[in-house]
Parts: sequence; structure tokens; C-alpha cells
Amino acid sequence: MSGLDQIFVWIGHRAAGWFPASVQPLVSAVLAIAGVMAVFGTCFALTTLAERKVLGRMQNRFGPNRVGPYGLLQPLADAVKMLTKEDIVPFSADKTLHFLAPLVLTVPVWLAFAVLPFGRNMSAINLDAGILFFFAVGSASELAVFMAGWSSQNKYSLVGAMRAIAQMISYEVPLVLSVVPVLMLAGSLELNDIVAAQGTYTFGGLARWNVFTPWGLAGLILFLIAATAESNRSPFDLPEGESEIIAGFLTEYSGFKYALFFLGEYLGLFAVTGLAVTLFLGGWHAPFQWLEWVPSWFWFAAKFGALIFLFIWVRATLPRLRLDQLLNFSWRFLVPLSLINLLVAAAWYWTGAWKFPVVAPIRWLLCAALIALPYHWLGRALRGAMPPPRKYIYAE
Amino acid sequence: MSASTLPSELAEPASDHQLLEVSLGPQHPSTHGVFRMDVSLDGEMVVKLKPVFGYLHRNHEKIAEKCSYLGSIPYTDRLDYICSLTNNWAYAMTVEKLAGLVAPERAEYIRVILSELTRLINHSALAGFLLQDMGALGTPLMYAFREREKILDLFESLTGARMMCNYMRFGGCRCDLPPGWIEQTRSLVANFPSFLDEFEALLTGNEILQARTEGVGVLTPQLAVNAGVTGPMLRATGVNYDIRKVDAYGVYGRFSFRVPLGERGDVFDRYMIRILEMRESLKILEQALRDIPAGPIIDPKAKLRNLRPKPGEAYGRIEGPKGELGFYLISDGGPNPYRYRIRPPSLINLTILEDMCLGQTIADAVVILGSVDIVLGEVDR
Repeated sequence: MSGLDQIFVWIGHRAAGWFPASVQPLVSAVLAIAGVMAVFGTCFALTTLAERKVLGRMQNRFGPNRVGPYGLLQPLADAVKMLTKEDIVPFSADKTLHFLAPLVLTVPVWLAFAVLPFGRNMSAINLDAGILFFFAVGSASELAVFMAGWSSQNKYSLVGAMRAIAQMISYEVPLVLSVVPVLMLAGSLELNDIVAAQGTYTFGGLARWNVFTPWGLAGLILFLIAATAESNRSPFDLPEGESEIIAGFLTEYSGFKYALFFLGEYLGLFAVTGLAVTLFLGGWHAPFQWLEWVPSWFWFAAKFGALIFLFIWVRATLPRLRLDQLLNFSWRFLVPLSLINLLVAAAWYWTGAWKFPVVAPIRWLLCAALIALPYHWLGRALRGAMPPPRKYIYAE
Repeated sequence: MSASTLPSELAEPASDHQLLEVSLGPQHPSTHGVFRMDVSLDGEMVVKLKPVFGYLHRNHEKIAEKCSYLGSIPYTDRLDYICSLTNNWAYAMTVEKLAGLVAPERAEYIRVILSELTRLINHSALAGFLLQDMGALGTPLMYAFREREKILDLFESLTGARMMCNYMRFGGCRCDLPPGWIEQTRSLVANFPSFLDEFEALLTGNEILQARTEGVGVLTPQLAVNAGVTGPMLRATGVNYDIRKVDAYGVYGRFSFRVPLGERGDVFDRYMIRILEMRESLKILEQALRDIPAGPIIDPKAKLRNLRPKPGEAYGRIEGPKGELGFYLISDGGPNPYRYRIRPPSLINLTILEDMCLGQTIADAVVILGSVDIVLGEVDR
């Protein structure tokens, strides 16, 4: 492997080598933690800027461009502003919970990064049940959001918290279910194994990513929709639905606690995006065999950036759903579809044993039909009886 | 709020659960200004809604009674500050009726052109704001504002001001069109349909927009007529009432245009009627820009300063972008009106807010309010 590919691993080993052998495991763990925090902390700052820039461009305006060249120092200015703002705790608030909520949101989210493989040999820990760990720590955010909403003793906060709980619980189910086919086919809960299972090439050098299979494509879309809802982003940003309930559970937060909530939400988004890359987009593998020479961490970053851009794009495009529509969408559409996707994955597995010429397109189309038809029917059922198209009469 | 934090006398003994009373506004992101809704929520459902207005009251009608007839014109700009020119027109028209003035033909054409441009501004901005209320983070609004800017540039080159135009006078208009203005307007009108098509391609077919608006805030024609609702709100319920057709004031009788009528009176119809009305406005604009005659722009008999109409009263009304905008003036022969009264479409359309919102969710209430199309400057005066 090229030196550039393993450069971060090498740096880590060399740095740990300076310490006595007894503390080397600890030092390398600390280095991994520091690396993840530094990279994704910077990524948070840059994403807030990129989001505002991209949103601005999509909305015929410039976005931040006053602080530093091209507005690049805007995150710093924001941080200074957040830190110097008065930290207001409402008089009637439950002060302990109000203080704890941003921490409870932010701390477990960092843990989720521990199991993600960012490149070849670049995951902080290799857990046998990596995905279980990921979802376990990820679900702590529900608790934090409700703590924030309840402890603020504000009506908007309470409504926002109730919305958040209903939404996050509803979308946790399709989020996890959409991952299960990957586990079934890879036969492992460990993320490195799942990446390795997508590491071979076919058709003259095209990667065998999960997304290139019918169940993988459907799974990725389901996963991304559920992830959007889990991270409270538009069009599922009801918990902080600005036009309805001011800022939802964030209403009574200001200053750095507010920034911490922001950090937690973005990190949660990064974590699920990283998981989507790992599970469906081949992790750190190159899309084509002849591109293998590019460092693996570059591929991870590129796919990661593309998905983040997708999230921003969606945010600039879609209006918000209503709560009942949101819940219906999850329980009557996403959950059944992700269950059906399990069957499709099973069908894909069985048809893998078929041996006759031109099997690949037939197999692909068969499995695609197995998911496309339920998609069509469920969509029709969700939409209800379509009202006849409206006719607007004109009076002369 | 939770049961433990409420005083016991406020708890309803008959019910096993309490209502959440929320005061939306006067400082709230989507009450379109300083408007307040006292809402009682059962979960997310609105069971009671009381509109509270008056936070922007600035005594406009009384001030106008102390002011000369000319002096009130800049004040009328500030009523519905998105559509200052239609306010000007309604007021100028009422004074013309009171004083027996007749605006020259060219002035009438200019008024029609400006008023239809104002309608384009208002309706496109409304569609943007409505989507903003639905949570579409500013993109439709910015697209709408891009077009609005172009029209505001035209207003600026004509009147010197972008929003507070203060342009029309009783008996005509303040100044003639600058050279090239007609051509600029013509090219804007020619390009506007492509914006509308783009806007509609983005929005009208959007599943989320349809899901959020269909069957939401339904207004029956009976209730709408009984409450005195006018404008696109009324026409969305299917009632054919457009003062441009009914009164054919100004030179509207000379243009061929149609009045789109809705079917169900829900938010989607209200949105759609406005889009369709913009397309009809473009037709009027094309005809007016083609037919505009040369000539004076103000009645030579009109005495702008120190106008003293004969004692009497007059009610003038136009089809403003938001509905019937009427001014009622009584003159006692003095230099200022004895009585000055406005019929603001926003306020009257707002009175049925509760009827439309009951049983809907809080998210719907915000969208319904957005679809009513209010400007607080006009509601509170």
C-alpha cells in the first residue's frame, strides 16, 4: 500500500512509539480520540459555513462572505459570538436538567465515531458488535432532547420535545431496519468486515458496493430518509419547526449551550452519514479498481462530503411535513418497505446461486421489481384516494 | 405546562387532560408582523384561537382627519406596505369621487400598469412567505424576491422610492413615465411567465406542499360571503367577485382578462388562485403597455394643495391584491376630511381565522394564517 494511504496510521504508531510500552495502548487510544475530535470538530465548523454558503447559492444570495476571505473565518466569529453571549437559564427551569441536556446530547454522539472506519486500518476500535454499539449510543439523543424540552418549562419547548420524541422513536425503527440487509449479506456486525465485503471488483473494475444492488439502493434511500429525520433536518425539522414553535426544544437555550446543541446535531448527522458511507457506499474503497492508488481516507471523505451536500440540498428544497404526516410516512411507508427490503435481500442471496448465462441483469431486475412494486403500492396507499385533479374555472 | 406547575383553579375539573394555552406572537417568526394568536392546543390540535391585533395601531385614520387631502397620500403608502401603489390609487380615486375630478386617460393606464405590477409583487411574495411558513427554508421566498426586486427597480425609476412610492395624486399621477420605462416593463412582463413556470415546477407539483395544503383551512363560500371576505381568498372558494370586473373602475373595462375561481377553498386553492391571477395580470399588463396613449398625466383642474371639496361623502374601492380596499371620506368643505375611514381587506379576511383553524394542527394554523395574506400595517392602521 502506498505511504500516503497509511500516513495517519504511521504517524499514530510513531507518536505512540515515543512512550514506554506499558502506556502505548492508552496513548494510541488518546491519539485516535484526539484525531477524531479534531477532524470532526473542524468538519463541524466548516459544514456550518458550507451549509450557509450552499444554501445561499441555491437561494440567489451570497451567504457569509464578510469575515475572512470568502467568509472562511465565519465559524470562528460565530464561536466567539456564542461564547460571549449571556447564558440565560429561565427562572422556572429545572436547572440541573437544563444544564445537563446539551452535554447528554453531545457526549454520546462522539462515541459513535469510535467504530467508524475512516480508511484502511483507520478505525479507533474494532468492536464485534460495532453497529449495535453505534445505534446504542446514537439513541441517547432522544433523552437529551426531551430533557431540554421538559426542563426549559416553556410551552414551545415542551411541544417541540414531544414532537422530537415521537419523531425519533418512529424513525429509529426504519433506520435500524434498513441496515439489517447489509448485516445479513455481510454476515457480520463489525463495520470493518462490512467494508471488506464490499471491497471486491466486478465487471472490469466496478466496485461491488451494496448500493449497486437493488436492496442496497433501496436500503440507502431508506437509511438516508430515516437519518434526515433522526438528525432533525429539513423536511423533518419539526422539533425545532421555526415557523410554528419558534425553535422547539432549543427555545430557552442561548450562548454556548445552544452551540453545543448545534454541535451535537451536526455530529449526529456526521455519524449517520459516515455509517451510510460505510454500509452502502463501500466505506473507504475506491469506486473503480484503477483508482485504488488514491488514499482510502480520501474516498471516505469524498463520499462523506457528497452525502452532506445532499442533505444541504434537500434542506434548501423541501417544505416541512406535518406531524401526523411524518408519523404516517414512517409507520405506513418506511417501516413496511424496509421489512420488504429484508425479503429482497434474501431473494438476492438465493438468486446468487443461479448459474446460467446473462444471470446478472435478470437477477437485478427481478429483485428491483420486488422492491419497486411494494414501493408503488405503499405510496398509493399512503397518499390515500387521489382527489381528482382540480379544475380552475375562469369567469370572464 | 405540566399539571404540577399550574395553579389549581386553572385546572378544568370536567376534563381529564388540560389544554395547552400558547400565545403565538406578537413576537413570533411567522405571524407576519406583530400579530398575536391566543391558541388553545389539545396536543397539537387547535381547539380555540383568538386573533389579537392592534399592536401596530398608529392612529392613521384620525391623523388623516387632521391632515390635508394631499398630506394623507404618503400615509396611505404605509398601510399595506408591500402594495403602496394600490393604496395610493384607492385613496386618490375616493378623493376624485368626492371632488369631482377625472384623471386623464394616460394616468388611468399608468395606474392600471402599476397596480398590476403591484399585484405581481404581492402574489409572488405571498407564495414565497406561504412556503416559508411551511418550512421551506427561504428558497421559494428568495426566488419570489428576486422577481420582486426587478419590479421594485421599475418603481424606483418611476417614483424615486422602492416601497413607499407616494406616486398617485387625485386627478392623475405625480410625474410622467421616464424614457424607456415602457420598454423595460415590457421586457419584464415578457420574462415573468418563465419565472412563474419555474416557480410552479418547483412548488405546485410538490407532494409535501400538496399534502400540507389540500383540505387545510377550508372556507365555505357561505361563510366567506357572510364575513365579507374579498379578494383571492373569496375567489378561492368559487365566488365570482372581482371588483375589476364588477365596477370596471379606471380603464379596466377595456382589457380582456379572466378571473380564476377555486373549487374547494382550501389553502392549496388560495395558493393556486394567486398563481393564476398573476398570469392574468400579465395579460392586462401586455394590453395596457400596448395601448397606453400619450397625453397629460394629471387633471389640470386638480388643485393638489389646499383642496376643499364640496360637503359630501364618497366611498371608493379597488380590487387590491389582498381584496377590496375601500376608502370612505366625508367632507365638510374644509381643507381636511371630516371623516376618513378605510376598509382594509387584510383585517376583514382575518376575522374568520378561527373558523378555518379549529380542528387543525398548530402547524396548519400557521399555514392558514400565511394563506390569508395579511400585512399588519393595514390590519392595525
